[in-house]
Amino acid sequence: MNLGISATEFTSQVSDGAISVEEFVAKTLDRIEKVDGNIRAFITVDSQNALGKARVIDKKIKSKEKIGICFGMPISIKDNICTAGLKTTCASKMLESFVAPYDATVISKLKSEDAIIIGKVNLDEFAMGSTTEFSHFGPTRNPWNIEYVPGGSSGGSGASVAALECLAALGSDTGGSVRSPASFCSVVGLKPTYGLISRYGLVSYANSIEQVGPMAKTVEDVAFLLNIISGHDAHDNTTAKNTRIDYVKDLKSGISGKKIGIISQMTGDGVDKEVECATNGAISKLQDLGAQCVPVSIDAVEHSVAAYYTIAAAEASSNLSRYDNLRYGFDFGIEGYEFKAFISKARSNFGPEVIRRMLLGAFVLSAGYYGKYYLKAQKVRTMIKAQLDEAFKNVDYLISPTMPILPFKIGEKIDDPLKLYLTDINTVTANLSGIPAISIPFAMSRSGLPIGIQLFANSFKEKELLQAAHALQETTKLPGIAI
Amino acid sequence: MTKIGLEIHCQLTKLASKLFCSCKAEYRNTKPNSNICPVCAGLPGSLPMLNKKAVEKAAMISLALGCKIPEKIGFFRKNYFYPDLPKNFQITQYNAYGPTSIGSDGKIEIEGKTIRIRRIQLEEDPGRLVYEGTSEKTMITLVDYNRAGTPLVEIVTEPDFETPKQVRVFLNVLADLVENIGVSDPYLEGAMRVDGNISEGDGNRVEIKNVGSFRDIEKALHFEITRQQSLVERGIQVLAETRHWDEARRITVSSRSKEEEQDYRYLPEADIPIVQIGNNSIEQIKTQMPESIVARRERYIKKYGMPAQVADVLSSDKFYSDLFDKSHNEKNAKEVSNIITTDLMGVADTREKKIELKITPKHLSDLADAIMANTLTRNSGKLALHEMIRSGKSLADVMSSLDLGHVSDASSIEKVIDEVFQEEEKAVAEAKQNQDTINYLVGKVMRKTKGKADPATTLDILRKKLAV
Repeated sequence: MNLGISATEFTSQVSDGAISVEEFVAKTLDRIEKVDGNIRAFITVDSQNALGKARVIDKKIKSKEKIGICFGMPISIKDNICTAGLKTTCASKMLESFVAPYDATVISKLKSEDAIIIGKVNLDEFAMGSTTEFSHFGPTRNPWNIEYVPGGSSGGSGASVAALECLAALGSDTGGSVRSPASFCSVVGLKPTYGLISRYGLVSYANSIEQVGPMAKTVEDVAFLLNIISGHDAHDNTTAKNTRIDYVKDLKSGISGKKIGIISQMTGDGVDKEVECATNGAISKLQDLGAQCVPVSIDAVEHSVAAYYTIAAAEASSNLSRYDNLRYGFDFGIEGYEFKAFISKARSNFGPEVIRRMLLGAFVLSAGYYGKYYLKAQKVRTMIKAQLDEAFKNVDYLISPTMPILPFKIGEKIDDPLKLYLTDINTVTANLSGIPAISIPFAMSRSGLPIGIQLFANSFKEKELLQAAHALQETTKLPGIAI
Repeated sequence: MTKIGLEIHCQLTKLASKLFCSCKAEYRNTKPNSNICPVCAGLPGSLPMLNKKAVEKAAMISLALGCKIPEKIGFFRKNYFYPDLPKNFQITQYNAYGPTSIGSDGKIEIEGKTIRIRRIQLEEDPGRLVYEGTSEKTMITLVDYNRAGTPLVEIVTEPDFETPKQVRVFLNVLADLVENIGVSDPYLEGAMRVDGNISEGDGNRVEIKNVGSFRDIEKALHFEITRQQSLVERGIQVLAETRHWDEARRITVSSRSKEEEQDYRYLPEADIPIVQIGNNSIEQIKTQMPESIVARRERYIKKYGMPAQVADVLSSDKFYSDLFDKSHNEKNAKEVSNIITTDLMGVADTREKKIELKITPKHLSDLADAIMANTLTRNSGKLALHEMIRSGKSLADVMSSLDLGHVSDASSIEKVIDEVFQEEEKAVAEAKQNQDTINYLVGKVMRKTKGKADPATTLDILRKKLAV
């Protein structure tokens, strides 16, 4: 049995009776057992339930009962998405033993299509980071070389897909958190348009810019998952209406005659040579497929990282203030403290990156500074959106490398927050503007590390975006098994 | 000169559900922490879902107080740590970065004085803290989140009041107003809460919080005026601070000086998209609003010729004016209004008593008709009313069971008068001399007939017999 098949291949093999769900899930659990000691993608593995559910699905298939389109597909879930009965820790001491009493909307949708939640995977604490090093449970490692970071913050999601510990994963993307690990782990990762997918049950970090995003081996798999998890939700006021589209249909339409803008601010200076080379390679492949590629300038991108960290930190400082360990949290004696002393004692258990961002956020929101920082950042956001709208009048897509650099070693940049923040330069634009962006594995460096290419489209143009991404992925031949 | 401003928190108790989830808005008399869900408990991953009905109700209050309603409204987070706040921020509205609260710049006339309304904002009520234990050592604080997320409207006035009495009159009018438009029952415990701010001359502003009732705000303001004035007289500067009303000791106590005032780090609430209101929906809301108290008062005076005072009393009480509007017809309107304002309102003057009333519009209408047709005296009418209130029986049943039929035939009354004349020789003699004492004899006749004798007929016959 080959664990390296795609999610859609899995569904057809199960429905054809070629493989049993139980067998596949058992093999997957064996695989986790075997490799996760090195990768450390999982925080929680739900073996018993996964196997039980697999057996139920097999039985249903045998008796020709109606079955969901996931056919028992094992999926890993970033541990900041609530799953009823299964811990949701956000990789934080603060939620170390928190079990949500409800499923996130994306989880109920997956479950109702008979997906199997095989486990909860690692992230930077509360999704704050781009390397998955800032986890209370320790770093996740890159399956292509375990001395390297897997990207982040959805590093557990990316690594678990790349290491064949699941068929697909959900991550969340606040400033690149799906695309960065997709790029570093050589999988496909989509950051959908803000409002396309319900955030109900996604633990908020920066709620005005983040989205849940699917990650898988192929663009087709990502389209398949998007069909299931997208759409208006009565539990999330920010979801858009009338967004039910079949993203799998016409996926192979190609990109002949389409126009693609190469974002000058995201290529050239500051981009690793090998990454730049791969980007040029992708551009020429797209031209071969009949697309026209032109340079495009989005100069507000220069301010995007500063604006992103201002807005994200401000929202984080508010979103995370509920974690005071009074109503839920970790085991910690409550007796003998005055309220304020208790709060500061409890909240000193956040990790360093979370504390850094909460402090920054509290500062930019404080009286007298709001206009100077927060409002200014919002203006940058408006400017970026306006410039993108202008660009999309002339082009169908935009392109850039997903990450300006190759994966780096664990510990290499952890002491230099600013340097780390700057690696987000190519991803935060999609979050600030709300537009969709996807990372496609395109090449391997000479040292055997993955390089991803990023494509953007205008808001709610996921169907077109996935068509282009599929066309580009079809041009690649990459090694399939990382470890 | 004294300047007083108010901040009034009014729960929208007439809504079925909370401001951001489907839990019940009515949290009273429920087991602690049973009326909560992931949203109002602020669990990780939960999102607020705006109750559009709450926006409509808040818009109604804004319109009734003459406020401007912006085309778009937005919500902000007010960040501070407190155990009654499940998220450690309150979702509210904020106008410092441009007006986005449901109402602003309103005004209302109170006894010829204009009170300006600075703004009206929609927000969530926090949970409730319950303190238990007798000494500081044994004291514990319990938190009940059942109230968390209850829709609340904050009404902020300009410092336009000069006396505590004006404040009380305003609050009574406001309570009547929110009750009349059907958004709140202001008499439910905790449904309407008032904070005051007060300054003398150019002195610093002092805020008064923790005032439990309307009556206490008047007392607290009186105390505070005296305190500030005596400080000024002694040449001591009044500190800008927040003071709590100590109900037991009936004084205000300093609780927090302004220097330590919190920075709430206001932030737009991105989970709730900007709500477009627009002229169309404002017009629609207007059509859903009941007649205002002022308009109703005018109607009572113009249409039925009610005396101003009767119209005042009746129009400002939603329960009784609704009852009046359902009971009366063109002919008996004045009589119905008399029965309600002179008899019924005295009997049932509290919420509880109003609820217990078994009287229906038909009862009132029949009673007024009977009195007007002279088949029932006003006195018997009162007895009948009391019995209908108690038993809910029809007027006819009550009249026969209490034997209240009107006696207006002259011969029966004459018989009674003869009896009275025999028993009251002295009074008869006196009445012959002094007409003014004749009422004593009328009273005797009434007592003997249990109030059934027609007063006019009785007087007629008495006059004849006394030959005066």
